[in-house]
Amino acid sequence: MLFIKCPYCGIRSQNEFAYGGDATVKRPELNKEISDKEWDDFVYNRKSPRGKHLEFWHHISGCRQWFKVHRDTATHEIFKTLKPHEEL
Amino acid sequence: MQKYSVFNLIKNAFSSHENWEVAWKDPTPKKSYDVIIIGGGGHGLATAYYLAKEHNITNVAIIEKGWIGGGNVGRNTTIIRSNFMHDANGRFNEFSMDLWRNMSQELNFNVMFSPRGIINLAHSDAQMNAYARRGNSMRLNGIDAVLLNRKQVKKLIPMADFSEDVRFPIFGGLMQPSAGTARHDAVAWGYARQADSMGVDIIQNCEVIGFDVIGGKIKGVRTSKGDIKANKIGLCVAGSTSILAEKLNMTLPIETHLLQACVSEPIKPLLDHVVTFGAGHFYCSQSDKGEMVMGGDLDGYNSYAQRGNLPTLQHVLTEGIAMFPFLSKLKMLRTWGGIMDMSMDGSPIIDKTHIEGLYLNCGWCYGGFKSTPASGWTFAHTIAQDKVHKLNADYSLNRFSKGYLLDEKGLGTKTWIS
Repeated sequence: MLFIKCPYCGIRSQNEFAYGGDATVKRPELNKEISDKEWDDFVYNRKSPRGKHLEFWHHISGCRQWFKVHRDTATHEIFKTLKPHEEL
Repeated sequence: MQKYSVFNLIKNAFSSHENWEVAWKDPTPKKSYDVIIIGGGGHGLATAYYLAKEHNITNVAIIEKGWIGGGNVGRNTTIIRSNFMHDANGRFNEFSMDLWRNMSQELNFNVMFSPRGIINLAHSDAQMNAYARRGNSMRLNGIDAVLLNRKQVKKLIPMADFSEDVRFPIFGGLMQPSAGTARHDAVAWGYARQADSMGVDIIQNCEVIGFDVIGGKIKGVRTSKGDIKANKIGLCVAGSTSILAEKLNMTLPIETHLLQACVSEPIKPLLDHVVTFGAGHFYCSQSDKGEMVMGGDLDGYNSYAQRGNLPTLQHVLTEGIAMFPFLSKLKMLRTWGGIMDMSMDGSPIIDKTHIEGLYLNCGWCYGGFKSTPASGWTFAHTIAQDKVHKLNADYSLNRFSKGYLLDEKGLGTKTWIS
């Protein structure tokens, strides 16, 4: 069981959350010339590291806020949770 | 190679079975090979076998970080099927079915292929319509499919919950009678033994640390047992694909996720089909030892842990009990996890790469076992001929950027939603 600290509600069990994927992926700027490769990287390509991973989670059965989790994909250890606008 | 037969069994009984040849050797790696396959799982072993058998390329090494049969080929729930709607998936997996049917004879190893049939349950009229469509697509591709009504399903699996007042009543189902199961370890061992006998070196406990790429061409691998040269290298490492891709400066349309499975205590023969729950993600079959073999959803977050958490297991088994109420009375014997190379459209990738001589076989999601023989066969063809076979032409790496996705389940790029 993962225990995740929602930045708004505190520590809750994994059951209350939904996963939202890699939080380092940035949508390309709209008013810029975008290459197919950049779109490809945004939509499909993922680093999927073994180790530290910054990811989105959604407190779907709680406050319903989105936030970021810095977590180890090999040990499941959670280092830090952040509000969505905060950087590591 | 010593043939496995009843006569050899009797002969060896006289010497207390102490003189059997080893099934495969434990060689020290040579300085160079024609082809190196990274990953000694089912797909890697099958690739080496078909390289030797179909293409006469025997100067081949399989490099395996752990031991053969210790990864997903020994962790899956052994289901074999080709009940796909899309042509590319149907053709590929039906070719796989053909190889399964003859595998025990071909490998001289009993893989216990048991075509007991798979039933996908439907729980609404809409789902029955969707299954009718899928069944028709399957039949157009020469795959057997039977649409069953509620009464017909009840006759086949009377132990399922057929009450009227349940949340997800059984409306019927789609059955592929020729689908089934096989002994997964035997598949790894059978391919390993035959590949070894044809000259393939199976090098276990040997981790790939890096690659030698010169001028856009692959030249060899650096491993924990030294550098090994080869002009052709095939990557066949399932959940570890992204780790090796990073060493090659490649970012792939893949995420590694965790999938759990479990078996109950053994009980007397009860279930002689593979059955899947249609209102969630749960599947069940009974092993020859009598255990109920069960699995379902991914844990739902990126993971390389090979072990899962309880909430997902609880969720999956809740679905199981909704389908088969008797499961609640069984004790759980074992649970375990494996790591899946989840591709962004749910279909695999078997292709060349931008690096000359480097070939990629990945993206099997949680359905790689059934495709083991076809994957090995087509990957061997792709490596040997340096071009894709028409069976794996649609499993290209650039289908994502080109827009030719093969999204069998229509889930899109959120691979953890299943």
